Amino acid sequence: MLPGVPGVVHVSHLTKIFRVPERESGMSAALRSLFKRQWRDVHAVEDISFEIEAGEVVGFLGPNGAGKTTTLKMLSGLLYPTSGEGLVLGHVPSRREREYLRRMTLVMGNRNQLQWDLPALDSFELNRAIYRLPRDDFRRTRDELIELLDVGDLVRKPVRQLSLGERMKVEVVGSLLHLPAVLFLDEPTIGLDVTMQRRLRSFVAEYNRRHGATVLLTSHYMADVEALCKRVIVIHHGRILFDGRLDALADSFSTTKTIEAVLADGERITLRVPKAETSQATARLLAEHDVTDLTVEDPPIEDVIEQVFAAEVSA
Amino acid sequence: MSVSAVRRESAARSMLDFYATTIRTQIQTQFQYRVSLYMYTVGMVAEPVIYLVVWTTIARSQGGMVDGLTPGALAAYYIVWTLVRTMNIVFTPFGWEWRIREGELSGQLLRPLHPIHYDLASFAGQKVPWIVLYLPIGAALSLVFHPTLHPHALQVAVFLVAIWGAYVIRSLNQFSLGMVTFWTTRVGAIFQVWFLAELLLSGRLLPLPLMPHWSQTLANWLPFKYTFYFPIEALVGNMSTASLLGGLGMQLLWIGVGTAVMTGMWRLAVRRYSAVGN
Repeated sequence: MLPGVPGVVHVSHLTKIFRVPERESGMSAALRSLFKRQWRDVHAVEDISFEIEAGEVVGFLGPNGAGKTTTLKMLSGLLYPTSGEGLVLGHVPSRREREYLRRMTLVMGNRNQLQWDLPALDSFELNRAIYRLPRDDFRRTRDELIELLDVGDLVRKPVRQLSLGERMKVEVVGSLLHLPAVLFLDEPTIGLDVTMQRRLRSFVAEYNRRHGATVLLTSHYMADVEALCKRVIVIHHGRILFDGRLDALADSFSTTKTIEAVLADGERITLRVPKAETSQATARLLAEHDVTDLTVEDPPIEDVIEQVFAAEVSA
Repeated sequence: MSVSAVRRESAARSMLDFYATTIRTQIQTQFQYRVSLYMYTVGMVAEPVIYLVVWTTIARSQGGMVDGLTPGALAAYYIVWTLVRTMNIVFTPFGWEWRIREGELSGQLLRPLHPIHYDLASFAGQKVPWIVLYLPIGAALSLVFHPTLHPHALQVAVFLVAIWGAYVIRSLNQFSLGMVTFWTTRVGAIFQVWFLAELLLSGRLLPLPLMPHWSQTLANWLPFKYTFYFPIEALVGNMSTASLLGGLGMQLLWIGVGTAVMTGMWRLAVRRYSAVGN
């Protein structure tokens, strides 16, 4: 990135506070709320900043309610930030300029934007008209995406007759027909079986490779993140806890290492030891046992993330 | 193809294309549910037939007329009413809560197109099968009630424009009304007041000349009249050329007012949209 030139996604001190009504349960509280309503500020996103460069695929991790979806909605123009600045492809998303909306997409794993009663091909036609795509370009892109996701048979069935996973795949095709330069993917593999998840992952990777698109992805499945993202941003309680390479996440947050050894008699030993004692423990293991194979690894990324959130909760 | 090199069609051409594609899509959707389409159309006829039977009975009991309207004129009014009613059905304001809760609005906000265009185009498309089904029903009602209907060419032409004018006015007004949902979640009472005013001041419940004088005057200052009474009267009444064209002019005025109100409210409403979990 050139000095002073923001990346494709530029987020600076972005904050979103929701004001929500609240009251105790019961009739008297209900009556009181008729006259005096009580409000509470929910700090969904607090003062977050990051940059994403063109072509990067970044994982956006956090537990439920961490602020991931709120951030994606602000970046896609669905929500106005309370304060701070978001800039995507040089556009302020909350202005919802048409030129911006034509160059991005937000895919939400639990949402259906296709015509329920018609084959997805008809919804694709509608998207062609909405995004003002020339017919020949549209057909080429559509066929390419259909082939990449192997949904040739599915797009001819009424959407209501598709399974969740099938619907998600055709939903993704519909969301990418206008060849967006920026993809916000919010839990795109939620509820899908392992095969479908893998297919969707390789599709996102291929789309990124072919079109050089920038991707910000949230997922609770670490397999998605490990397969697609070199960089992750970890958010919790609306604040960024970590922004860096995925493989550095364990270095930063993991306090343990996992040692796996296979002994001469075939027995397998798995030890989790404090990071600082890894070399001592390994040496002792080798000295005291007849070891035929030995690996020292960071704990699974799920465990690291769990530790990060647990530490934050107990802090 | 690179994402930076995506070509676009021209704006005007693509807007026409969008309307044509959406209308086509909606016609296909309607044909997916043929039985419900028949039932819906039959249900639509019940309301005017009740009005027609009541007023015809009153006319006969008063010696054949109510305030100068013969049973034939009343039959013409309510049979055309049925077509006008079919034409001016739009997205209900009651649907906005669902639209927000189910995330449909989020999907529409992500598109580079104002959602009013989708509403206008999709309901226009739904009317095509409705009108096809109305034609035999209208013919059957004519055989039973013997309407007095002798429009000349200009009346037919004005009527054909006016029913679309009525559709656009009602679409804009109900879109704006639905947006009240952004400010308060229990909007049913507000909508009911609006629909009551429309029922009484539009010519929907009864032809406006049968209403008290003061309410006719009030109706002249509100948009409702131009969504029911004016299109019907353009075809079945004896309006002068000036009145016919003046009525179209008033429709144009209300479309302008409706567009301004809808656009202003939309700007404010979108800022309020919080979309938590949708």
